[in-house]
Amino acid sequence: MTTTLRVSRREFLRVSAVAGGGLLLGAYYEPLRALGAPGSADDAVLNAFIRIAPDGLVTIMAKNPEIGQGVKTMLPMLIADELDVEWSRVRIEQAPLDTDRFFGQSAGGSTATPNNWLPMRRVGAAARAMLVAAAAQRWGVAESECETGAGVVHHRASNRQLTYGDLASSAATLAAPDLETVRLKDAKDFRIVGTRVPGVDNKRILTGKPLYGIDVAVPGMLYAVFEKCPVFAGTVASANLDEVRAAPGVRHAFVVQGGTALNGLMGGVAIVADTWWAAQSARRALRVTWNEGATAEQSSEGFARRAAELAAQPPQRSLRSDGNVAQTLAAAAKVVRAEYAYPFLSHATLEPQNCTAHFTGGKLQIWAPTQTPQAGRRLVAQTLGIAETDITINLERAGGGFGRRLSNDYVVEAAWIAKEIGVPVKLLWTREDDMRHDFYRPAGFHYLTGGLDAAGAPVAWRDHFVSFGEGDRFAPSAGLGANEFPARFVQNLALDASVMPLGIPTGALRAPGSNGIAFVIQSFLDELAHAAGKDPVRFRLDLLANTPLPEPEPQGGDQNRSRPPMFDAARMRGALELVAEMSGWGTRTLPRGTGMGVAFHFSHRGHFAEVVQARVSRQGHVTVERVWVAGDIGSEIINLSNAEQQAQGSALDGLGEALGQEITIERGRTVQSNFDRFPLLRLTQAPPVEVRFRKTEFPPTGLGEPALPPVIPALCNAIFAATGKRVRSLPLSKHDLSWS
Amino acid sequence: MSVTFTVNGTSATVDVPDDMPLLWVLRDVLDLKGTKFGCGIALCGACTVHLNGTPTRACVTPITAVRGAAVTTIEGLSPDGTHPLQRAWEELDVPQCGYCQAGQLMSAAALLAATPRPTDADIDTAMNGNLCRCATYLRIRQAIHRAAGNPATDGAPAGRGAEEAA
Repeated sequence: MTTTLRVSRREFLRVSAVAGGGLLLGAYYEPLRALGAPGSADDAVLNAFIRIAPDGLVTIMAKNPEIGQGVKTMLPMLIADELDVEWSRVRIEQAPLDTDRFFGQSAGGSTATPNNWLPMRRVGAAARAMLVAAAAQRWGVAESECETGAGVVHHRASNRQLTYGDLASSAATLAAPDLETVRLKDAKDFRIVGTRVPGVDNKRILTGKPLYGIDVAVPGMLYAVFEKCPVFAGTVASANLDEVRAAPGVRHAFVVQGGTALNGLMGGVAIVADTWWAAQSARRALRVTWNEGATAEQSSEGFARRAAELAAQPPQRSLRSDGNVAQTLAAAAKVVRAEYAYPFLSHATLEPQNCTAHFTGGKLQIWAPTQTPQAGRRLVAQTLGIAETDITINLERAGGGFGRRLSNDYVVEAAWIAKEIGVPVKLLWTREDDMRHDFYRPAGFHYLTGGLDAAGAPVAWRDHFVSFGEGDRFAPSAGLGANEFPARFVQNLALDASVMPLGIPTGALRAPGSNGIAFVIQSFLDELAHAAGKDPVRFRLDLLANTPLPEPEPQGGDQNRSRPPMFDAARMRGALELVAEMSGWGTRTLPRGTGMGVAFHFSHRGHFAEVVQARVSRQGHVTVERVWVAGDIGSEIINLSNAEQQAQGSALDGLGEALGQEITIERGRTVQSNFDRFPLLRLTQAPPVEVRFRKTEFPPTGLGEPALPPVIPALCNAIFAATGKRVRSLPLSKHDLSWS
Repeated sequence: MSVTFTVNGTSATVDVPDDMPLLWVLRDVLDLKGTKFGCGIALCGACTVHLNGTPTRACVTPITAVRGAAVTTIEGLSPDGTHPLQRAWEELDVPQCGYCQAGQLMSAAALLAATPRPTDADIDTAMNGNLCRCATYLRIRQAIHRAAGNPATDGAPAGRGAEEAA
């Protein structure tokens, strides 16, 4: 039984514009061939996402990778609400990678909500319409006389009703309605959206059932470890493979040549054994001579030195220039200068990178906890020289993502090893592999100058941003947007950039860019507020009340395309006012050594303002006592339970980064290798985090990231309030914060 | 080397290298995948099991240290997932990615077995070695209190919170 759903070209464009383009939407204009998901033969297939059993049990496919952001629960909630079924009568299945049937399938950029809010609801509404049509036909009445509720179609006039289970097989023979015109519920009629729905995998998680990538077991499977050069993209000169092969349980040991691309397959030695422990034990006997390459000269110390040199020179290029910064500074009543820096960071997903693969008969099957399965398939196809159509990818729940699994390095390693040996193999990294071979949050250096007029208003702002890259290109996630606040709100503003070359892989870490930039901007704003003698909340509200310079016109391309999501000062003022109220800002007297700090940041379409209360002991030990989070992510909070969790988790994640995390590079290598020197936040460090959402008329947006950035400057500003010490580099553990 | 011990009430005999950690025996020999690998050096607690009732990091416990002992894993915490902690974890929707939660539950279960009505300080001591990368700590604390029948909290440790500073 097949039904065809189509998403029109117009629909694609609309969705695409909302999302700001990108890799997530490539397949939206493809016809949705509802081939039917594997399952009970008795199930009627209404479309690629929905099957209904004769007893009314509904199976909904969850299309995106679940990495702890709650999407395996949230997307099916949208479908189920519009389908009008009880959540207790819904079962969720994880979809494999099949973008023809399931549209874009990835996890990143807090995009699942804005990209799918309407499309997933339409999928559910279309199936509901087919069930109504089937009932109307059977009764010989008009569809408009029928209504639905809790998995039943009613005809009130004749007091008749049929369950979805009764109707599903007939409904599945009908043509699907036009997705663009299918009627959607009014928000007031939502019964699942806006409630607290627990994670659909909770039962399996809490009873220890296999679920994650690391748990995959394939009959006849062997286990692999992969030793790479500690200097990135270094290659193997020689290795004592014979000795390794003689170790107990070892089946294969071989060199993988690899390439020089930091985002491709890197060289190393693969050891494959009967058990993972045997492979890992044999690794202790492995001796490799590496060709380390030129980047073995790089170090964090060297980067800092070079940043200072670049800051003393004219910037390499301008990212933005408004008004006349030099003149305004010369005439300013007060000028404030400061240097800020933040370090490299590791993702440290608790489940180390792993992937299982089986190459046989020219076909490759992969089981991967990845955020970007489609990109992974492309990388594997290109690297191994096989067709994408010969690669199947099963999506496994990931033990954390945070952006680490946007990169598929571990997937291509497993695929390469599988092709070499021809039997199923699970590659599993150690924690040390994981921390030493990450795509790190890039370090960054900001050299700031701010000017205040006689009334204490900020009238000039210059940031010379020293980062990594080559020429006009920033290294991945090492850039600075030309619209980054306070751009448009300070009339005379210059954002300049200089870059230095980098041989260390970098990439997106939860709220990429923003997780470092917010610290700099919101801390420096605090410095200006204090220089102006103004309350930090009042100073920010005043700045947000300025008439902004006009938004830049979209350049080139399709003039009909919507602008990318923009900062909205009114929404941010709302969040800031709410968090001030929640925290009792300015109304409480705090003991000496205790202070409150405020910050806000716009990222991933979310407007967030946060307040931190921190206590600093005379010896300089920091205790975060409480955090308040106010967020505006639009008109609906789809899953209240998970929304609260994401906001709390993001804020606590940011505190962990600020308190003690740093990746240091020496001789081209990562110094830290485990949690002893890269401390994650612990239970005793986690303060209560009060979260409130301010509902506004805008379409709902994502929540995996935007609550993180403000908490770091809010903490640093609280420390200033508590001690008078201004923190201009992270982490806090490197600073003497003692006071007397 | 052959080692016999009890896992979740059933006798098991495995023939593995002496230095093979219990974690890998459980996961790859006995196919009990609930106990997780996080750090390999007893820093994160993802691999926590009970060894004769004591919470133990399976990643650094050689199989020879388990001879004749009784091991309980997350799969054996209750016959049907209805241990009071499992119920509280489900009611409060504690997991985010969920990867650390088996270890959290096993540490919490050992705490409640020894201290049925734990204080926040007891929870601090028992749970501080279990890392949660998603930072679900506030709900973990609440869920332990709920399972113990303690009054509800906001997840704040004892002696914290805005009130004391007001």
